[in-house]
Amino acid sequence: MTFVRDLVFMWEILPELLKGLVVTFQLTTLALVTGVILAVPVALVRKYTRGPLNWLATAYVEIFRGTPLLVQLFVVYYGLPELGIVFDRFTAAWAALFLNSAAYQSEYIRGAIGAVSEGQLIAARALGMKPLAAFRWVVMPQALRLALPAWSNEVAYMVKYVSVVYLIGAMELFTRGQIIISRTLKVVPVLLEVAAIYIIVVVAITRVMDYVEHRFSIPGLETSGMRREF
Amino acid sequence: MDYFIRCLKFILPAAEVTILVTVASLALGVLFGLLLAVARIYGRPGVRLAAALYSRVVRSLPSLVMIFIVFFTMVSVVPGASPLVMAVVALGACTTAYQSEIFRGAIQSLGSGQMLAARSLGMSRAAAIRFVIIPQALRLAIPAWSNEAAIVLKDSSLASAVGTVELLRRSQHIAAANHHYLPAYLACALIYFCLTFLTNRVLDAAEKRFRLRT
Amino acid sequence: MVEPILKVEDIHKAYGKTEVLRGVSLHVLPGEVIVIIGPSGTGKSTLLRCINLLTPPDKGRVWLEGVEVTDKATDINKVRERIGMVFQDFNLFNHLTALQNVRLALIKVKGMPVKEATDKAMMELEKVGLGDKADNYPAELSGGQKQRVAIARSLAMEPKVMLFDEPTSALDPELIGEVLEVMQNLAEEGMTMLIVSHEMGFAREVADRIIFLEGGVVVEDGPPEQLFTKPQHPRTREFLHKLTELYGEHAESRTRRRRR
Repeated sequence: MTFVRDLVFMWEILPELLKGLVVTFQLTTLALVTGVILAVPVALVRKYTRGPLNWLATAYVEIFRGTPLLVQLFVVYYGLPELGIVFDRFTAAWAALFLNSAAYQSEYIRGAIGAVSEGQLIAARALGMKPLAAFRWVVMPQALRLALPAWSNEVAYMVKYVSVVYLIGAMELFTRGQIIISRTLKVVPVLLEVAAIYIIVVVAITRVMDYVEHRFSIPGLETSGMRREF
Repeated sequence: MDYFIRCLKFILPAAEVTILVTVASLALGVLFGLLLAVARIYGRPGVRLAAALYSRVVRSLPSLVMIFIVFFTMVSVVPGASPLVMAVVALGACTTAYQSEIFRGAIQSLGSGQMLAARSLGMSRAAAIRFVIIPQALRLAIPAWSNEAAIVLKDSSLASAVGTVELLRRSQHIAAANHHYLPAYLACALIYFCLTFLTNRVLDAAEKRFRLRT
Repeated sequence: MVEPILKVEDIHKAYGKTEVLRGVSLHVLPGEVIVIIGPSGTGKSTLLRCINLLTPPDKGRVWLEGVEVTDKATDINKVRERIGMVFQDFNLFNHLTALQNVRLALIKVKGMPVKEATDKAMMELEKVGLGDKADNYPAELSGGQKQRVAIARSLAMEPKVMLFDEPTSALDPELIGEVLEVMQNLAEEGMTMLIVSHEMGFAREVADRIIFLEGGVVVEDGPPEQLFTKPQHPRTREFLHKLTELYGEHAESRTRRRRR
């Protein structure tokens, strides 16, 4: 009987958890998209410039890759208000996730640019392309494809790591779960359900990204060998 | 600045806990990750499926969720287990799954020739795995493994959520006591940064030292 | 007196302490086919790259059709449009099909409309016998086919001069013939060509002049018959002798014979 009651309970709380899942998706998407926008210039600066700007970009990437996301989140949400920079929970969550993700993504892109052979650029220049055009039409399209597997990992990674914003109480999936637990004291069913949702979502994302990689695959630019397990 | 130094001094001792949790989880991960990887490649169909399932499920869960699952389970099953032990179990369970993938990839990249050669010399399957496959796979796995080690180090901060008094928890203590947050968390970040930096250096050196020459 | 289409004067280039080119000068007349030979590491490839400034020379000047290429005021990209270059390792753009490879610069550099560029690219591919491979990616082509696409890609820009940097060195022996044949046709059409090659048979057959480069300087420069049968310089003789020892008569048998 308790089993059936638990199932009914799990069905009843599903809408509330799904509301949380929507927030998880919002944060993931926002962080990834704004992350790319910052990651590309950071990667280019690190790859093609010398001097202070390069040092700044390198420091940014190393700091954000060298410290835990949760600590970054606490600095943004609890620390920055002391400098007069106050965020609401959602914005703080986005800011930390985005800065963190951009640092990792810039590394993927930088690695991918490095993997495009020098000859490609030389051939483009020999045809009379200006450096920017050669980069735009020859190097970048190949680099983005080579970065795709790492980027797929980043998507799944982000969905999972959005859960840490529970610790500042932004209302994503895991936070919703915790709120239901503290309200109903039914630990096992809620955790099981939250876990099940994560498994379904992450497996689905992996499938989708596999499809995207397949869709954009080009003979000779196969990237499956570069896939890192997340 | 004074306060920042005070924070550093207050937080730093907890580095011991962070390192302990990290190293213990990683050790669990190496042991069970290798077992899982071998089971997935050389095991019987049922064993393979179970190993694959464990890996897929755990890699789909956020580490934070794993920590809470372990926390609630252990609170009822092993009352009195310390938060430190819980952290090690949870993070160890997570990294086992990721490491099993790393080792699996390494073993598969060796190709079947190594196994064939070992068997042709009269070694048993177990001996071949133990003396030929695993020593090579471990070396091939070092770069990916260093990455994983850094991730576990950083993920150990999540254990603060269930009361493990590691670096971040310690920072929360001093920050809350003084109502002064930014320097405390920056000090915490600085210590983490040094730890990941050191980890990367050590493992880079290990990779150079043990690189497989072919 | 015909004006040279390409003039190279006293080119010097050093990498660190190694002097690769130590004062190379040459004149190329319109329609001339020149093959540059010489031991490896004597700056043959560097010389070609100095001509379109992919490698800027340390010293010396280059003129194309009377305009100084090495002048700071000259737009080098405009010059490169008119100097085609074919590389040893093809350097086809890996993310583009054969057709897209050929038309990319037409669209992005010459600003040609896509439709027109596509037609022109198709024509060039057909000229090198690869009309049926237009939609294949580089990875799906053989080495010989890749190099023919690379030649088509350069030709599409309607260059005044073509530079070939060891175009057959990375090819399997059985694929060399098809590339040389395309080059031979090109020579017969009157294209001005500067070719770095080890294919002596081809050089003898197609070249108007052979230049023997060694130690960063031009050792000997003359018509093939003279260079191959009675070389003036002992170094040339030695080099040719070694080549015959290495390749024997095979060196000559790779091109289909075709009298001009």
